[in-house]
Amino acid sequence: MPASSAEVLAMPGRRSLWPPLAAFALLGLAALLLSVTLGSASLSPGDVWAVMRGEGSPLARTLILELRVPRALSAFATGGLLAMAGALMQVLLRNPLADPYVLGLSGGASVGALAAMLAGLGGAVISGSAFAGAFLSTLLVFGLAHGTGSWTPSRLLLTGVVVAAGWGAVITLMLAISPAERLPGMLYWLMGDLSYARSPWPPLALLLLICLLLAPLGRSLNVLARGPLQAAALGINVRPLEWTIYLTASVLTAMAVTTAGSIGFVGLVVPHMLRLVLGNDQRLILPACALAGGILLVLADTLARTLIAPEQLPVGVITALLGVPTFLFLLYRSR
Amino acid sequence: MNRLEISELVVDVPGRRDGRPLSLSVEPGQVWGVLGPNGAGKTTLLHTLAGLRAPRAGEIRLDGRPLATLKRRQVAQHLGLVFQERQDGFPATVLETALIGRHPYLSPWRMEGGEDLRLAQAALERLDVAHLADRLVSTLSGGERQRVAIATVLTQAPALWLADEPTNHLDLHHQTEVMALLAEQAAEGRAVMMCLHDLNLASRWCDHLLLLYPDGEACWGPSDALLVPAALERLYGQRLATAEIGGAPVFVPVR
Repeated sequence: MPASSAEVLAMPGRRSLWPPLAAFALLGLAALLLSVTLGSASLSPGDVWAVMRGEGSPLARTLILELRVPRALSAFATGGLLAMAGALMQVLLRNPLADPYVLGLSGGASVGALAAMLAGLGGAVISGSAFAGAFLSTLLVFGLAHGTGSWTPSRLLLTGVVVAAGWGAVITLMLAISPAERLPGMLYWLMGDLSYARSPWPPLALLLLICLLLAPLGRSLNVLARGPLQAAALGINVRPLEWTIYLTASVLTAMAVTTAGSIGFVGLVVPHMLRLVLGNDQRLILPACALAGGILLVLADTLARTLIAPEQLPVGVITALLGVPTFLFLLYRSR
Repeated sequence: MNRLEISELVVDVPGRRDGRPLSLSVEPGQVWGVLGPNGAGKTTLLHTLAGLRAPRAGEIRLDGRPLATLKRRQVAQHLGLVFQERQDGFPATVLETALIGRHPYLSPWRMEGGEDLRLAQAALERLDVAHLADRLVSTLSGGERQRVAIATVLTQAPALWLADEPTNHLDLHHQTEVMALLAEQAAEGRAVMMCLHDLNLASRWCDHLLLLYPDGEACWGPSDALLVPAALERLYGQRLATAEIGGAPVFVPVR
């Protein structure tokens, strides 16, 4: 950077990226630690530290290393993926109501997952089937929105919304004809449930990879958010950038949905919350989304596991119950 | 060096047959005014010259190189466009909006530095909107937004300005200020082409004119030759009275 960072900091309206990101990273670690210690059997941070050093009782080792750490990391990754996908969709469609699911991707994934459950299959098949459904839905919307005429974000949005409505009907139909004993599992999946999460590493690796890949695109996204013509006049190849955003957001969402079902609200609200607090610089908002979305989902999942332990609540319910009042408060306070 | 050469250009105005092909050259130091009634294709022409849409025929050369072969980023380093319509994107402050004018010059990994901020703030001061730097653009009046849009292009500092009705929404004083700014840009060796609806601004500030008729006809040349009542009355289908104030003709519509 040619100017000293102090000079940039002193300028009105400009901020350095690192202090907020560092703060979110610390909060994220705290949330993960909290999530690992809380549960049907509570552990002290000392117990956790002992296990991390390779000591501790076998029971604590199993509990932490095989159950809670993978689940907390899955929650973190899923929340981060959803929040980033939401932020990208909002920039792509220049519509504040856009979320990762607005283009029908979660509907496709849900149909895939429910079909696998209806067939009595479990585990990896549900995940794979959900991913296939998400992929199919993305291709469908991509192809239909491309069509024969000109392509615009509003056309993409309409195509996505209609495809989503179609998936919604299929989901309702599947729920209506499914045997009663399978219904709770299906409903939990639809509301989002991290007990389906398998290994946390694929979503975490994807989150990190996309953060790095998007880092050099941040300023281009800022310009695109000013509108496509203005962006083109300022030297941006609008169409390739828009398709890159769409495909990236689709991959992020597909991975999140495959990991934990369709958890609502995180993708819509986290980017908005951060914009209200941090401004609208995508270079800051996107990595901040990855961290803050992760934090929100880790906390929500911890509550979902502990509120009525040993029973579990669907985490999507908690994200909405936490997110709605926080968001309304920030909106009320904003200028 | 910063010439915009237009040869045998037919602009793609939807629903209109090919008009007269345009062949002209916008040279450094010149201020071109594009006049014509609503729907004559003024905005379409500017967007075509900026490379935002393809022409139906003909070629545009920027600094001797065909526009179609240049990367968008290279184009943006030479050519700036003031849009007629504001596209309301996401909320952004006035300073952030002006700063995106630096986008074409910065590598993907670089943050805007002190020099970029200085340029943006100087541009905001020049357009008399520096006191609004922290305001959201969406909260400004139409005229203030217009000045922020021009400040963004001033931050971009192109050698070639394309301005689509740059005086839109502006009060009399700021209309004059903006025209003076554009004339000053030309005097410093840049080139300016702008669409205007105000004949008197055109006669006061433009040294060359391009008249676009609704049927696709066109004529162009030095202002003196084209600022004759007969040509202008045919252009707008409107009778005009002419007077002379301070050595420049003034046109007033009459019934």
